[in-house]
Amino acid sequence: MEISNLGASELVSHLSAGHLTAVDCIQYFLQRIEQTNQSLNAFVNISDTALQRAREIDARRASGKPVGPLAGLPIAVKDGICTSGLKTTAGSKMLEQFVPPYDATIVRRLIDADGIVIGKTNMDEFAMGSSTEHSHFGAVKNPWSLDRVPGGSSGGSAACVAADMSPVAIGSDTGGSIRQPASFCGITGLKPTYGRVSRYGLIAFASSLDQIGPMTRTAKDSALILSVIAGHDVKDSTSAKNDVPDFTRSLEKPLTGVRIGICREHFDEGLDPEVESCVREATKVLESLGAATCEIHLPHTPYAVATYYVVAPCEASSNLARYDGVRYTYRAAATDLEQMYCQTRAAGFGDEVKQRIMLGTYALSSGYYDAFYLKASRVRRMIKHDYDQAFGEVDLILGPTSPTTAFSIGEHSHNPLAMYLADIYTVSANLAGVPAISIPAGISASGLPIGLQLQARSFDEGALLQAAHQFQSVTGWHATKPPLYQGPQT
Amino acid sequence: MNSVNESAKEARARVGFDQVTVVIGMEVHVQLATQSKLFCSCSTQFGAPPNTQTCEVCTGMPGSLPVINNQALQLAIKTGLALNCEIARSTKWDRKNYFYPDLPKGYQISQFDKPICGKGYLDIADANGAFEPRRVRLERAHLEEDAGKSIHDESSRGGNSKIDLNRTGTPLLEIVTKPDMRSAAEARAFLTELKLILVYIGVSDCNMQQGSLRCDGNINLHIEFGGQTIATPIVEIKNLNSFRAAERSLTYEARRQFDLWQQCGLTIDDSPKQTRGWNDAQQVTTMQREKEESADYRYFPDPDLIAVSTSEEEIAAIEEQIDRLPAIWREHLSEVYNLKPYDADVIVSQGRGLVDYFREVADQCGDSRIASNWIGQEVLRYLNESGLEIDRYPVAPRQMAELLKRVVSNQLEQTRAKEVLNEMVASQLSVAAAIEKLGIKAVDHDELKSICQQLIDEHPEVAKQIQDGNIKAVGRLVGKARKLNPNANPGLVKDMILKFLGI
Ligand SMILES: [Zn+2]
Repeated sequence: MEISNLGASELVSHLSAGHLTAVDCIQYFLQRIEQTNQSLNAFVNISDTALQRAREIDARRASGKPVGPLAGLPIAVKDGICTSGLKTTAGSKMLEQFVPPYDATIVRRLIDADGIVIGKTNMDEFAMGSSTEHSHFGAVKNPWSLDRVPGGSSGGSAACVAADMSPVAIGSDTGGSIRQPASFCGITGLKPTYGRVSRYGLIAFASSLDQIGPMTRTAKDSALILSVIAGHDVKDSTSAKNDVPDFTRSLEKPLTGVRIGICREHFDEGLDPEVESCVREATKVLESLGAATCEIHLPHTPYAVATYYVVAPCEASSNLARYDGVRYTYRAAATDLEQMYCQTRAAGFGDEVKQRIMLGTYALSSGYYDAFYLKASRVRRMIKHDYDQAFGEVDLILGPTSPTTAFSIGEHSHNPLAMYLADIYTVSANLAGVPAISIPAGISASGLPIGLQLQARSFDEGALLQAAHQFQSVTGWHATKPPLYQGPQT
Repeated sequence: MNSVNESAKEARARVGFDQVTVVIGMEVHVQLATQSKLFCSCSTQFGAPPNTQTCEVCTGMPGSLPVINNQALQLAIKTGLALNCEIARSTKWDRKNYFYPDLPKGYQISQFDKPICGKGYLDIADANGAFEPRRVRLERAHLEEDAGKSIHDESSRGGNSKIDLNRTGTPLLEIVTKPDMRSAAEARAFLTELKLILVYIGVSDCNMQQGSLRCDGNINLHIEFGGQTIATPIVEIKNLNSFRAAERSLTYEARRQFDLWQQCGLTIDDSPKQTRGWNDAQQVTTMQREKEESADYRYFPDPDLIAVSTSEEEIAAIEEQIDRLPAIWREHLSEVYNLKPYDADVIVSQGRGLVDYFREVADQCGDSRIASNWIGQEVLRYLNESGLEIDRYPVAPRQMAELLKRVVSNQLEQTRAKEVLNEMVASQLSVAAAIEKLGIKAVDHDELKSICQQLIDEHPEVAKQIQDGNIKAVGRLVGKARKLNPNANPGLVKDMILKFLGI
């Protein structure tokens, strides 16, 4: 059996049918990681219990005992998500030695479904970045071109799926951190509705924006994973009590009658013409599948990045206060308390993190709170209102995921603002809390993937996955692999 | 210039302390009596080995999230209702950001602009009339999580500081008054009454040794001087660990501020708020921080928690759980049981258990004054000496009433009755059994007669004195009667001797 050509859904059905053992499956991917990780740096830690888990699951299945819906499926988990007994660093020197005593709720759910955590993926430190260059453990390379970034902050998760090191990865998305790397690496990445998936165990960057989601080859695979990880969690007060449908069951519904809005503001200046024409092409594909399209407006879009870069650093400045050298973190040598705090945080955090902590601390300070945090919160409500208006007219909103294809490593290192603008189309969904997906929609002339973003009403991930799946039923971009990592030819 | 200053100083020196109004406001932290912590399910039990009552939430592990303990919210609402506070229909949580080693998240979850309890008040009075009754207005009461404990090496050998996070996350209600108290005695009365209410409604054990009740006092002076009112700089006295310390420190601080003002004339406009501590050994306040370090806590809404709304029905249901408060009981004991305010206060101040004990005894023995006297003296003495609460007192109310009935009906005189009570306490006997054990028997009329006759016969000189008009001398014979027969009732003996002597 040629595992490299199989997505998560197919792997699960082959495992279930007995065509493939969990041990063979995990061994294949462990081998892929061993061959590939040195050049990509997608993983920071490999589980040493994965093979054992696979044996247990095979034994359970062989003895006729019940197994979970993901039995034997390898899953890579972003290193900002806590895994009990498995080092979880959030890409930071600060947490270099941190081994959580508990599992994140989604990890628990994946394990309860008999998925196998294969390893932890590299990321921008504390998820702050759009390129995965800002990791204490080194930059991740884009499998499509090793001198390009994979996007970020879930760059390791995106790269490992694209390079066939894991059929599924879990990412987290605060301003585009699932969708933008999915777009840069040519995979499918879903940011669910805020509250759809428990944040318990996700190392917080910006709590009101963070959301965990699947990164897979296909929309169908994302539907499979979302169905397992979604749902209310008593440990997360912000998790929603909404019912969780089986997202895999509505995929085949035709798009007839589905109304798709083309967001005017997402085609303004700054958009790479090649990306634009690709998105226009994709629109035609969706129309051919029966969807009706029209132009819509999200008038406060121009303020989204600025709003995001106030709200997120404010929350981050507080969320990251716990890394003080007292408990589980790195601790710098010092002779008194204040020195310990200062030295620990000076040496334990990277520059990008320190920059955002300073931004947030400043914006929350007495005398500035109203002008920054409070004003940003107001604009945020207006952005949300834009979406409410738009979703009165359409079911989905379509646009590019990112204005460009993957940029070169180091390209934006002296211009953080240019890097921040890479989030221009993605941050609004986080500010409004709505779900959004990025799917592969083309390859640029220079051979880099281009992503298409779809956004939907809160808790309507079903509509996103349905449209994405329909699109993938008639296109082949999602099945196109990076030339460097095509795996053994069949 | 010098002479101008000198004359101002002389003018201040002429101001008497009686021209000073002391202005005091209190901040009280009360640990609510929940089973588990405010945002996790760890136990709040006091005294466990360090760091054994912790989890990923209360130690601030990366990725952990808080979940509100509804019991804490209910106890906070109950407290607010007992303190006449407006109860917020919607309340939210805010982060108070500051670094401290025993604050694991680097912020404390608290309430900034929407506290669970808004404005309220508490009436205070002194049973002896030491000050006029006063209404102390409450600014607010909000819920917050407690920090842990830092244990520093005091040996000066440079040992490591240690941190115990057992207390971290314990629910606290911070109650803040307006600056309405006008003396240290009023502040003490406020604290005493507040504690009494909290214990009555069962929201806290208010154990100050274990830190369940902690208070800080804010104090300054308003001085009539030169035709205007001058305010001295405000001082906050932190961590007053007993009501006595609160009263003494505030008394001391008022005098210190007055002396300082007479010396230097500094007013509130010249000096920022100062934090001082109370040194119990030396009975002085000492400077802790010159200025309020312009503390910027960068409060903002905690994005990990959602706003909580409370319905009218929920509030009504909580209100229903509140039984009569101490003030109502004082009134009740005065009006229904005819006790003097002081006596009513003695009973009510001991807690609800003693009120119930008193009512049962008074109802059954039929004389509330006797019941009050005996409970106020005999029972309380025993409780104070033994350190027990009334529910562990060995004599049940019914037995106490039986005993007092005999006192009321003159079957037992006071001294003997106290012997009986001591026996009941010591041997857990019923009234009848204790009387029998002590050999107490009623002395019949004939025997009493013969005792009296014998005394007159044996002490003719005393009888003569009495007949000559020194009635008081009868006491000497009465005393001797007890030696002849300890059960002889002194009152009856006295009456009979006088009758025999024709007086
Ligand atoms: Zn805990």
